[in-house]
Amino acid sequence: MSANSLTSILIWLPVAGAILVWLLPLSRYATGSLALLFSLAEVGFWIEQAGRFDFSRSGLQFSEHAKWFGELGVSYHVGVYGFSLWLVGLTVVVMAACVGYGFWVGRDRPRGYFALMLLLTGATVGVFEAQDLVLFYAFFEAMLVPLYVLIGVWGGARRMEATVKFVIYTMAGSLLMLAAIVAYGLQAGTFDLVDGPASTSRWLFLGFMLAFVIKAPLFPFHGWLPDAYREAPPEVTAVLSGVISKAGLYGMLRIAIVKFPEPTSFYRTAVLALAAAALVYGSLLAFRSTDFRGVVAYSSLAQSGLIALGLFAGTDLGFDGGVLQMIAHGLISASLFLIAGVVERRTTTGEFRLLGGMARGRPALATLLMTVGIISLAVPGSASFAGEFLILAGVFQRHWWWAAIGAGGIVLAAMYMLRLISAVLHEARGSTVADEALDVRPGELALVVPLVAALLALSAWPAGISHHSFLGKTPTAAVRSQFK
Amino acid sequence: MIAYSLHTPHVDWFGLGPIFVLIGASFVALLCAVLVPQAVRRVTAATVSGLGFTAGLALAVWLYVDSAHGHTIVSGTFYRDRWTALAQVILCAVGLATTLLAVEHMPGWSRNADRSRRDDHIAEFYALLLASAAGMAFFVGSANLMVMFLSLEWFSIALYVMCAIDYDLEAALEAGLKYLIIGSFGAATLLFGSALVYGATGTISFQGIARAVAAQGLTGDWFLVLGLALVVAGLGFKMSAAPFHMWTPDVYEGAPTTVTAWMSSATKVAALLLAFRLMTTAFAHDTHLWTWGFAIVATISLAIGNLAALVQTNVKRILAYSSISHAGFLLIGLSAGSALGGRALMYYLVPYTAMAFGSFAVVAARERELGVPVTLDNLAGFGWERPFLGVAMWFFLFGFAGLPLGGGFVGKFYVLSAAYRHGWVWLLIVGVLATLVSLYYYLGVVRAMYMRPSEELRVRTETGVAVSGGAPARERLLHLAVGAALAVSVGSLFAVQPLIDLARHAASALPL
Repeated sequence: MSANSLTSILIWLPVAGAILVWLLPLSRYATGSLALLFSLAEVGFWIEQAGRFDFSRSGLQFSEHAKWFGELGVSYHVGVYGFSLWLVGLTVVVMAACVGYGFWVGRDRPRGYFALMLLLTGATVGVFEAQDLVLFYAFFEAMLVPLYVLIGVWGGARRMEATVKFVIYTMAGSLLMLAAIVAYGLQAGTFDLVDGPASTSRWLFLGFMLAFVIKAPLFPFHGWLPDAYREAPPEVTAVLSGVISKAGLYGMLRIAIVKFPEPTSFYRTAVLALAAAALVYGSLLAFRSTDFRGVVAYSSLAQSGLIALGLFAGTDLGFDGGVLQMIAHGLISASLFLIAGVVERRTTTGEFRLLGGMARGRPALATLLMTVGIISLAVPGSASFAGEFLILAGVFQRHWWWAAIGAGGIVLAAMYMLRLISAVLHEARGSTVADEALDVRPGELALVVPLVAALLALSAWPAGISHHSFLGKTPTAAVRSQFK
Repeated sequence: MIAYSLHTPHVDWFGLGPIFVLIGASFVALLCAVLVPQAVRRVTAATVSGLGFTAGLALAVWLYVDSAHGHTIVSGTFYRDRWTALAQVILCAVGLATTLLAVEHMPGWSRNADRSRRDDHIAEFYALLLASAAGMAFFVGSANLMVMFLSLEWFSIALYVMCAIDYDLEAALEAGLKYLIIGSFGAATLLFGSALVYGATGTISFQGIARAVAAQGLTGDWFLVLGLALVVAGLGFKMSAAPFHMWTPDVYEGAPTTVTAWMSSATKVAALLLAFRLMTTAFAHDTHLWTWGFAIVATISLAIGNLAALVQTNVKRILAYSSISHAGFLLIGLSAGSALGGRALMYYLVPYTAMAFGSFAVVAARERELGVPVTLDNLAGFGWERPFLGVAMWFFLFGFAGLPLGGGFVGKFYVLSAAYRHGWVWLLIVGVLATLVSLYYYLGVVRAMYMRPSEELRVRTETGVAVSGGAPARERLLHLAVGAALAVSVGSLFAVQPLIDLARHAASALPL
C-alpha cells in the first residue's frame, strides 16, 4: 500500500462500511459498534495521513490519478493540500462524534441510519479531496442524498417541509454549478482542478458561487437553514453546520477564488457585502431566537459570513484566518449542537422560556457549555479569537469599514452567546427542567470532550493551522499560482 | 426465348441471427401454449424465452465483435454493423430481465381474479414478448424506409396485444385500445412522411436519400422537409416524446406492469437509436432542420413530462411522465447531431433502461403484494418492509434525478456536454432546470417509501384498504431482475470509459 492510497482510503472506507453495515443483519448494538469502529478507523487513517504530510512543501500531496472518462478530460483525481487536510480532519472527527451520538441515543432503524451516516462521511471527505470538477460535483451532490433521508426519516415533526426546502434550495444552486462545470470544462478541455486554466468568465463564476453561497449559506440564500437545522436530529445538524457548510466555503476558496481571479476581484465588493450582511443579520437573528438550536443555527449563518469575509478579502491574513475559522467554527458548532441534543434529551425542548437553571447540580454540563460558549464568543486566547482577529486584520487591509462591520458582528456574538448560556444554565429553573434530569453522562462526555479538547488545543496553538494551510508560499501567492 | 427468373438477393443469415433466434423462440413459445400441459406451461415458456434472449444476446455480442466494418446486407435493406449489434445487445438484456419479471406475474391482479385461469395466456405472453423483441431488433438495423415501417408495425402490433393481455382488467383493455389507435396514427404519420420523402428523392434507401439530396440539391425542398417533419413526428410517438406523448401515461398506467417495464425501456432504445441512424444517414444534408426539430421536441418533452409529473399520485403515472421527460433528455443527445451526441445517447440508454425497467419492476412487486394500483399513499413504509427493493428504488429514483448514485448522472452530464459543444447553451440551461423540477416528484416517491409516519400506515391497515396481511411473497426472480438492473445502473457510473468505448465503436458505423 503506497502512502498515496491513504486519500482514496479516506473516501472509500466509510462507503464500504456503509454497505457492510447495511447488509449485515446485526443487532442494534453490534451495528452501532461497527459503524463507530469504521468512523474511528477513519480518524486513525487521517492521523496517519497528517503524520506523513510534508508541511514544508507546496502543492498537492497524496495525489492519485486514474482515468474515469478520458474523452471529455474527466478523471478520478484526488489529493490533499494543507487546508484540505484540516478540513478532512474536521470531517472525520465531527462525523465520529456524531456517529457516536447516534449510537448513544439509540436511533431507530440502526442499519439504515448508520449506513447513511457513513455514506455521508465518505461523500464529504470526497468533496474536500477531489481535484477534478466532475468528481467534486459528484461528491458535492452525493452529500445531499444521505442528508435528505437522515433529516426526512429521523428528523422532527416538521421535517417534510424542511427536507423539501433544503433539497430544492441546494439543488437549484448545484445544478447551475453543473452547467458552469460543463461550460468551463469543455472550454478548457479538461475538468482537472490542478491543470485547468484560470477563466475570466463572470457567468461561470456566478454559476459556481451560487452553489457555494447556498451551501455555506450567505445572506440572502439561507432560507433553508433555520428549518433544516431545527428539524434534523441534533447530530445531523451538528454535521450540517460543522462540516457541510464548510464544503460551500471550501468551494469558494478552491474553485471560485482560485480559478476565477478576474471575476473575483470584479465581484469582490458584492460578495463582501453579502458576507457582511450575513454576519450582521445572522447575529441579530441569533440574538432574537427563542431556542437553543435557533441561536446556534443563525450564529452559523453569521460565522459563514465572517469566513467568507476573510476569504474574499484576498489578503494573506484573510486566507489564513478564513481557514482557521472554518476549523474552529466547525468544532464549536458541532459541539454546541451536540450539547443542544443533550439538553433536549433531558427536557424535550430547546425553548428558552421552558429552560433555565440547568447549571445547578449539573457541573459537567455547565462546564462544557461555558467552555464552548466562551470560545465561540472569541474571548482573547481562544481559537476563534485568533481566527476572527486574522480575518478582521485581513479585511482591514481591503478597507477599514469591512473590519468595522466585522467587529460589530463579533460584539453581537458575545451578546447572543451569553444570552444562550444564561437562558439554559442560569436564571430561574425552567418548567421542563426536572430535578431528576441527569448531568452529562460519561458516554456523552466521551463524544463532546474530544471536540472541546481539540478546540482548546487550537486555542493554545492556532498557528498549527493558520501557518500550515498554505505551504511554501504566502497564501496570496499560493492562490495566484493556483496551488501548483 | 427470354428466361424469366426471380433474382433473389444474397442473404447473410448470420447477420440476421439475433432476429431469427428471437422469432424462432417466439414460435416455440407459442407452440407451448398448445402442446405443453398447463401445469408446466409457465415454466416451459419462460425457459424458452430465457434461452431465446440469451442466445440472441450471445449472437448480438458475436456480431458486435465480428462487424467492425459495418455494411448493409440483404441487398442493402439491413445494416450489419456495431450500432445495430449494440442496440440488439441492450434489447436482449432487457428482454431477459422482463422474462424473469414475468414468471411470477399473475394476470388480473384484482383480488377476484380467477386463480384457475392464471396460466391461460402465459405462453402467448412470452411468444409476444419474443416477437416484439425480434421486431425491435429488426427495426434498429433497418436500412430503408420500407423495412423501417414494416418492423415498426411488427413490434407495435405485438405490444398492442401485450398491453391488453390481462383482459380481466378494464384498464388493460383500455390501454391496449388507446395504444392501438394512437400508435396506428403515429405509424400512419411515419408512413406518410416516408412516402413524401420517397416522392421527393425517388428512393427509400437511407443512403440513397442522402445521395439524392446531395445530387439534386434538394436541401430545403418542401416535400422533403414536410416528409422529414412527419417522420420525426412518427418516431416521436414511439419515443413518447412530447407533444406526441398523449398515450403514454394512460397506457403505462393501464398495461400490466411487466409490459410497462418492457415498453418503457426497450421501445425507447429502438426508437431513439433508429432515429439517430436515420437522421445522420438519410438526412445528413438537412442537419440544421432536424437538430432544431429534435431540440424543440426535447424542450417540450422536458417541460410537459416534468411539470405534469408534479401533480400525479399514481406511481406508474409518475414514472410514465418521468419517461416522457427522459425522452427529452435523451433527445438532447440526439439533437446535438454529432458523434459526441451519439455516444452520449448510446451511453445514457444503458443506465436509463436499467433504471426504467427496475423502477417498474419494483412497482410490480408492490402491486402484486397489495392487489391494487400503487399510489404514493399505499407506497408508505414500503422501503422499510422490503429493504432490498426499497433501496433499489431509492437508487433508481435518485439516478433518474441525476444525482451521482448511478450512471444517470454521467448520462446527463454527457448529453448536456453534447448540447454545449453544439453551441446550445440554452439547451444546457433547459436540461438543468428540468432536472431541478424533476427532483420534487422523484423525492416525493422516496418520501412516500421511507418517511411517511407509521400512523398513516396503521389507519390504512385498519380500514383494510392497502395491506393484504401476512408476509409478502418471496419473488426471487423479480429480485434477481431488480438486482441486475441495480448492478447495471450503479456499475455504469464506474465503468464509464468501457461503455463509451463500446458506444464510440458503434457510432463509428454512422456517417458522422
